[in-house]
Amino acid sequence: MNSILAMPVVFPLFIGIIMLFFWQHRSIQRIINVIGSTVTLALAIYLTWYIKTSGIQCLYIGAWKAPFGIIFTADLLTMTMILVSGIIGFATALYSLGTMDETREHFGYYPLLQIMIMGINGSFMTGDLFNMFVWFEVLLISSFSLVALGGERSQLEGAIKYVILNLLSSSLFVVGVGILYGITGGLNMADLARKIPMLPNKGIINVMAMFFLVSFGIKAAIFPLFFWLPASYHTPPAAVSAIFAGMLTKVGVYALFRVFTLIFVTDIAFTHTIIIIIAMLTMLSGVLGAASQMEFRRILSFHIISQIGYMILGLGLMTPLGIAGGVFYIFHHIIVKTNLFFVSGVVSELKGTYLLKKLGGVLKLYPLLGLLFLIPALSLGGVPPLSGFWAKYTVAVAAVEKSEYLALAVSLFVGLLTLFSMIKIWNEVFWKEQKAEYAAEQQTLRQLPKFKIAMMFAPIILLAAITLFIGLYPEPFFDYANEAAHQLLNPSVYINAVLGGAQ
Amino acid sequence: MRSIILRTMTMYLLPLLLIFSVFLLFRGHNHPGGGFVGGLVASAAYSLYLLGFGIDKVKTIFRAQPIKVLAFGLFLAASSLVFPIFFGKPLMTGVWYEHKLPIVGSFGTPTVFDTGVYFTVLGVTLSIIFTLFEDKE
Repeated sequence: MNSILAMPVVFPLFIGIIMLFFWQHRSIQRIINVIGSTVTLALAIYLTWYIKTSGIQCLYIGAWKAPFGIIFTADLLTMTMILVSGIIGFATALYSLGTMDETREHFGYYPLLQIMIMGINGSFMTGDLFNMFVWFEVLLISSFSLVALGGERSQLEGAIKYVILNLLSSSLFVVGVGILYGITGGLNMADLARKIPMLPNKGIINVMAMFFLVSFGIKAAIFPLFFWLPASYHTPPAAVSAIFAGMLTKVGVYALFRVFTLIFVTDIAFTHTIIIIIAMLTMLSGVLGAASQMEFRRILSFHIISQIGYMILGLGLMTPLGIAGGVFYIFHHIIVKTNLFFVSGVVSELKGTYLLKKLGGVLKLYPLLGLLFLIPALSLGGVPPLSGFWAKYTVAVAAVEKSEYLALAVSLFVGLLTLFSMIKIWNEVFWKEQKAEYAAEQQTLRQLPKFKIAMMFAPIILLAAITLFIGLYPEPFFDYANEAAHQLLNPSVYINAVLGGAQ
Repeated sequence: MRSIILRTMTMYLLPLLLIFSVFLLFRGHNHPGGGFVGGLVASAAYSLYLLGFGIDKVKTIFRAQPIKVLAFGLFLAASSLVFPIFFGKPLMTGVWYEHKLPIVGSFGTPTVFDTGVYFTVLGVTLSIIFTLFEDKE
């Protein structure tokens, strides 16, 4: 039986519940959280191997056959996301030990984290559009609590924007789902993929596609729907904003990849051209937004947006290389971006601020931290031989193949500006001398407990090592991405795996 | 608001409501009722007692911490989802005991799930109400 497919979803749920039994025992919760995330990661690795060797697998929940019941389906794209969410969950679990404050831990930080991971994994796993909405809600509700947990003024301000726009997106999503159900009479994605091309009214398919583009677009923070992201991601503690920056927008990107390779592929000339245009604008607006910022995490937040553009560009090209580049990009980006947020957290832990103006001189005191920043930062900028280079290169080559020279030009230009932003951070935070009037509030690394230091640096080193590994040895990752793209572009395999003989 | 009428009534109503909530819980599945309504009725019973006697008195008859009740309920519900796996069936498939039990009727994973919901609802409602009253007093 394929019940193992549900484990990345069910296991974090159990971890979260068990932690509730130890509501007042902070230290027990921390231990359970680390053990739980390790097991989830191990499960994800095993499952990835399983799906890689045995092809697309389905789990018919409650033994209700598709398309009538809810199903979990795992193909290689799903497994990419589950694997990376396992890695990020594990890294965040360690990082939280080093940086999370006591009050937040007392008010259920760890259970919320696990439930959010459950929601994230659920939305990757599900093969049913309405069920995906439900998982989105699960992850959003826990993320609402996480973003506001602690109740600082700036946090609540960010949380309000975050909540309102995400609720708007969810309501658009559910309206879209409702109309789609009205037209086709089914919400199983494989079933939809079979039914949509047979619809007589082609116009309405495009209308539906735009509904989903807007609603997932808000979650993925594409142009022009990204305003909530830089307004909220820099407000919670570093560990929270790191997992948000890594995973949450990518849930939206995943949903776009799923829906626009499986369901809405009847009028590619219309829908995917729009996606390419949006991708270019997303890249540009994100990177230009970052150029004007002078706060560590705000710069990084704007770069999430510009990088989303690359992924969407890969999707919009809709060629094997483009999709493969997109998948590769998602994997690389989540790891790199989470790592950058981790580094920003360490810097603020030492210097007490995220403002570039007040920071400085970190390199002189902590050369290792400088190096650990440089690896993900240059990778984000696309400097060879780091992972970002291969990701950008693939997407760029795919753009050339499709003769999208404008998109190529934009992506290269944005890469340059990304590097500029990273160098700005490098200059301001690490290189320049800190102004004497701001130097008073800082603490040195030696004043912190050893355990705390180890837990802050371990995940950063881990993620930097993964970045280096992908950069120096991209072949297996690229093969994997290629295979995932092959599956995405041949939906009949997916449809057969889900519906089987039920047709 | 410590009215004698409310107090006297509550003394009789509390056990009645609790029994009724269990009745609702086991009546569910194929008829109106179920864990959610049962849990609400049970928490209404305790809330009534709270209004009559105050927060300290309630805590002497409801000793458990609401959050633990909530955790226990969630654990029951989640376990019932995983249980079918051990019978070689997919997640969340209903597994039934073939004989009927007294009072409960047919017993199976949906019953366990409903019981889990019952305790979850009870835990959530009471933890909200207890928190509100603790702040007030």
